Amino acid sequence: MVSARTHSLILSRVFRYSQLLGQDIDVANELAISVSGLRKTYTSKANGSKDAVAGIDLEVSRGEIFAILGPNGAGKTTTVEILEGYRDRDGGEVKVLGQDPAKLGRDNWAWRNRIGIVLQSTNDAQDLSVSETVKHFANYYSNPRDPESVIHDVGLDEKKNARINTLSGGQRRRLDVALGIIGNPEILFLDEPTTGFDPEARRAFWELIRNLRDEGTTILLTTHYLDEAEALADRVAVIVDGKIVEVSTPENLGGRNTAKARISWLENGQRQEIESDFPAAEVTKLVAKFGGEVPELTVIRPSLEDIYLKMIGQP
Amino acid sequence: MRPGIIKVGFLRGGLEIKQFMRQRESVVFTLLFPIMLLFIFGSVFKGDLAPGVTFSQYFVAGMIASGLVNTGFQQLAIMIPIERDFGTLKRLRGTPVSPISYFIGKAILVFVAMVVQVGALMGFGAALFGLDLPNTTERWLRFGWLIFLGSICATILGIAFSAVPKNGRGASAVVSPIVIILQFFSGVFFVFTTLPQWMQQFAALFPLKWLTQGMRSVFLPESFAAEEVAKSWEIPQIAIVLLIWTVVGTLLALKTFRWSDK
Repeated sequence: MVSARTHSLILSRVFRYSQLLGQDIDVANELAISVSGLRKTYTSKANGSKDAVAGIDLEVSRGEIFAILGPNGAGKTTTVEILEGYRDRDGGEVKVLGQDPAKLGRDNWAWRNRIGIVLQSTNDAQDLSVSETVKHFANYYSNPRDPESVIHDVGLDEKKNARINTLSGGQRRRLDVALGIIGNPEILFLDEPTTGFDPEARRAFWELIRNLRDEGTTILLTTHYLDEAEALADRVAVIVDGKIVEVSTPENLGGRNTAKARISWLENGQRQEIESDFPAAEVTKLVAKFGGEVPELTVIRPSLEDIYLKMIGQP
Repeated sequence: MRPGIIKVGFLRGGLEIKQFMRQRESVVFTLLFPIMLLFIFGSVFKGDLAPGVTFSQYFVAGMIASGLVNTGFQQLAIMIPIERDFGTLKRLRGTPVSPISYFIGKAILVFVAMVVQVGALMGFGAALFGLDLPNTTERWLRFGWLIFLGSICATILGIAFSAVPKNGRGASAVVSPIVIILQFFSGVFFVFTTLPQWMQQFAALFPLKWLTQGMRSVFLPESFAAEEVAKSWEIPQIAIVLLIWTVVGTLLALKTFRWSDK
C-alpha cells in the first residue's frame, strides 16, 4: 500500500521531473501515435461516396514497429497520409507525438523536425548524387544525423557519388529511407517500403529497420506482404475495407497460437475429420483403434497465410 | 535550433542551380534561344532605327525583358507542376522546409540563369551585331536592379501561376500562349508605340511592358525617351509596377501554392 502522503510525494517528483524535461514532457507519455474513430470519405461522380477509412482506432507505443497490413485499396495509405499530415480527415481524433497533424499551424516546423516520412514512390532529384542529396536534406533539421553514416547504414556507400537516375529500384528505396531518417526522427513512417524488392534486398532492408527500432525510433509501416509484417512488426493491425479487423502480435494473429489442429483420415471408405487442441492424443487414440497405421492420416495447423486470407475475406 | 529560412533558401538555390546545370539541353536552350532570336531579328531588320541606332539595339531590350519572363515565369509555371508529378514537392512537404525557402531557392536559380543568359546575349550582340553596351554607371546600376527585381517578380508570378496547370503534361500548353501574347502586346517584337492603343493600355497592366521599357532606357540613347508613349522612361513607375506585382504575386503564391496535385 502506498500511503496518501508518499503518493503525493511521488506525484510532485514526477511533476518536477517533467518540468525539468521541459518540452520533452510527452516522452513520459508512452504513446507515439493515437487514433480513434478515424474516418475519411471520398466522393466521386462514378462511385458516389465511399469510406476509404471507416472508423479506425490505433495506439502505437514509443519504440515499437507497428505494421498496418491489408490488401491493396484497404485504406492503408490514406490512414498513414492522414497521420503524416498530408490529408484531411472527415472524422475522429488523431495525435502524433502529442500533436494533431491537421492542426499544426505554427508548430508545423517543430513537429516535422521530429518525424521522418518514406513515401510510396518518388522520382525526384534525378540529377543529383546520393551524397549531395542526403547532405542537403540534413540542412533542413535542427539535429540531423551524420550524412556519411546514414549513407553507410542504408548500404549505399558504393553508390555515394552516383547520380540518382542510375540507381536500381532497391537502391532508390534505400535512398528514400536515408532521407526519411536523416533528421533523426522519433517516428518513421514507411509506406509499402519493399514493393518490388528482390528477396535479398528485402532481408537487408528489414535488418536496417530493426536496427532503427533498436536505436529507439518508433516505426509505423504499411505493407501488403504478410511475411514482412511477420518478420518485422512487434504488433500488426489488419485492415480491410477501411476497418481494422484485428490488432495483435504476429504470433497470435487470427488466434493462430490457439487454433485447433485438423486431423483427418480414411475409415470405411469415408473421410473423417475432427478438430482438436490435443492432436497427439487424438492420433494416439486412432493408432490404438486401427492397431497401427491410420489410412491417409493428416494433421494440419492453419498457416498464418490461411488465417490472413480468411480475415481479408478471400477463400 | 531551427535552421534559418533564408539560409535554407540559399542552400536550395545552390541545389537548384546544380540540378539545372546538369540538364545540358535546358542550359543550352536557355543560353542559345535569345541569341538565336537576336540573330534572326538582326538579319531581317538590317536598317537603322535612327542614325547610329540599329534595330538590334532596340530588340535587345525586348529580348532581355522577355528572357526574364521565359526564364522566370514560364519556366517555373511549367517546372513546378512537373515537380509535383515527380513527388519532389510532396517529399519537401514532409520535411520542415518552409515554402518561403523553396521560393527563395527558385528566385536564386532564375536570377543566376538570367545573369548568365544576359551576359551571353550581350557578349554575342556586341561582338557580331555592333550592340552598344550601357555607357554610364547609372545605366549599369539601373540594369542591375531591373534584372534583380525582374527576376524576383517573374519567379514569384511563375510560382503563383504554377497552381493553374493541373499536371506537368498540360503545363506548357497553358503557360506558353499567355507568354507569347504578352510578348507581342508588350513591344518585345515590335516597336511599342506602333501598336494599337488598346493593346498598349492592356500591356501596361502587366510587368513585361514595363521591364521592356526599362531595358530600352538602358540600351537606347537618352533622346529616345521622347519616343515613349509618356515621352519619358518612367523609371519610378517601372519600379512601382514591379514591386506591386511582386507583393501581389507573393500573397497569391503563399495562398495558392500546392505541394501536391490533390
